[in-house]
Amino acid sequence: MSDTAMTTTAARSGSKGIALPRINGSFIVMTLYLLFLMLPIYWLVNMSLKTNQEILGAFSLWPRNLTFDNYLTILTDPSWYMGYVNSLIYVVMNTVISISVALPAAYAFSRYNFMGDKHLFFWLLTNRMAPPAVFALPFFQLYSSIGLFDTHIAVALAHCLFNVPLAVWILEGFMRGVPKEIDETAYIDGYSFPKFFIKIFMPLIASGIGVAAFFCFMFSWVELLLSRTLTSVDAKPIAATMTRTVSASGLDWGVLAAAGVLTIIPGALVIYFVRNYIAKGFALGRV
Amino acid sequence: MEKTTNQKAWFLVLPVLILVAFSAVIPLMTVVNYSVQDTFGNNVFFWAGLEWFEEMLASERMHSALGRQAIFSAVILAIEVPLGIFVALNMPKRGFWASFCLVVMALPLLIPFNVVGTIWQIFGRLDIGLLGHTLEAIGIDYNYTNDSVDAWITVIVMDVWHWTSLVALLAYAGLQSIPEAYYQAAKIDQASRWSVFRYIELPKMQGVLLIAILLRFMDSFMIYTEPFVVTGGGPGNATTFLSIDLVKMAIGQFDLGPAAAFSIMYFLVIMLISWVFYTVMTTIDKKEMV
Repeated sequence: MSDTAMTTTAARSGSKGIALPRINGSFIVMTLYLLFLMLPIYWLVNMSLKTNQEILGAFSLWPRNLTFDNYLTILTDPSWYMGYVNSLIYVVMNTVISISVALPAAYAFSRYNFMGDKHLFFWLLTNRMAPPAVFALPFFQLYSSIGLFDTHIAVALAHCLFNVPLAVWILEGFMRGVPKEIDETAYIDGYSFPKFFIKIFMPLIASGIGVAAFFCFMFSWVELLLSRTLTSVDAKPIAATMTRTVSASGLDWGVLAAAGVLTIIPGALVIYFVRNYIAKGFALGRV
Repeated sequence: MEKTTNQKAWFLVLPVLILVAFSAVIPLMTVVNYSVQDTFGNNVFFWAGLEWFEEMLASERMHSALGRQAIFSAVILAIEVPLGIFVALNMPKRGFWASFCLVVMALPLLIPFNVVGTIWQIFGRLDIGLLGHTLEAIGIDYNYTNDSVDAWITVIVMDVWHWTSLVALLAYAGLQSIPEAYYQAAKIDQASRWSVFRYIELPKMQGVLLIAILLRFMDSFMIYTEPFVVTGGGPGNATTFLSIDLVKMAIGQFDLGPAAAFSIMYFLVIMLISWVFYTVMTTIDKKEMV
């Protein structure tokens, strides 16, 4: 319902072009709020463009001696940039696994009644709500015992704990909006279930799949506790590399800030495309 | 939508079931296993019954962690929900400025948790942080590493910064679904701004707000990484919330039995609240369909 409202708004805004906002109370409130949101991020970016002497020496609101050395350090040192590669590998694996198992399940929940469906749906939700701290130690033991400790697949599977329920809920929300007559017409036309699902149904909910994939990607990308517990060297994520550098060398603030800025980039890049669905995704497809 | 009954739908759900059983049920059984056993090391375990549960229920440490956690979640909700609604009401309805607001507001939500911690750890530092430095310059005594009140304020402001946008985005989605005709009717009746909010906007936002409140409650209840990076649970134990305490116990001190009993009670509380959430939500869903 709100979905259609949002898409029409988006369409209207597209045709209207860029219009300057009017200055009034709302505008001031929003400006202040956005400033509050941007200031800490600005400070991180600011620090990442300074040398350590400047960071610690003189307090300045913008970099006086602009330097990209901090970024160069990260992009040329394998112990840093492999962190990004590792994170990307397990995040992509997790997204692919989550979406491919969630698609048929979401279809079943949106189309059929079956024994225990409501309980199962609720049980999935409880996994989204499970504190990672509860699972950290058992995961460590489980994956160690089957020889998967410090591999990408271990982290990918562990993140399925909260991403599979999320994907099922989001996809179910989108699939509910597709009229059932389409399924029935396709079956009458002689489509088999797999052919119908891939050829007709998946294109219809393409935006839903995109949104679900985006959220799986994000929640796997931002999670640290499990990914840090399950890895040591070979699959160490960038987030863990950051925390260890803080404790080891202590004061390389510039590089730390640069690494932080680089972890924000993947989200910032795709956020524009999903802006109209972001509420739906965070609300588990329930808006 | 009218659903048909079809038991074969189980086959479609099977992959999810197997995967989640592997990543949720097996680890959870390990936890249950530890919670009822004791060990003297060397992997020799013996039955301890409900001893650990009794110990944890009586433990001062768990009570204080739970207390801090409850206060934290309550404060978070009391700030973020009204603020989120207020921001949503002030958001532009359409145009470039609306997209711009959406994108900037969503940005904090997509930053890795430990980077959020790092950002605020730096931001609040007296020597190199904008916030800490400014406060010191205007003569306010602020030091989040030594003073527990300052540590609390920092952690709360950080969470408000991180998650208020979630409440605002959900409330905004709810507001977008209100037809223009409602506002026109209110205008004809010369309704005040407050009654428009109270009788039109609030009831229409009820569903999404419920989701927002419960998501914020759950996520603040299991918060770990952000306060851990900023304060490490300190000064002393001032910001040691449930998850931080649990990880300390399980991985730091390797007290498996108590930690497992702790985990199970923690998980049960979450389950109970999720169940209430789900029940209320499905009731509202049904009401909306009629």
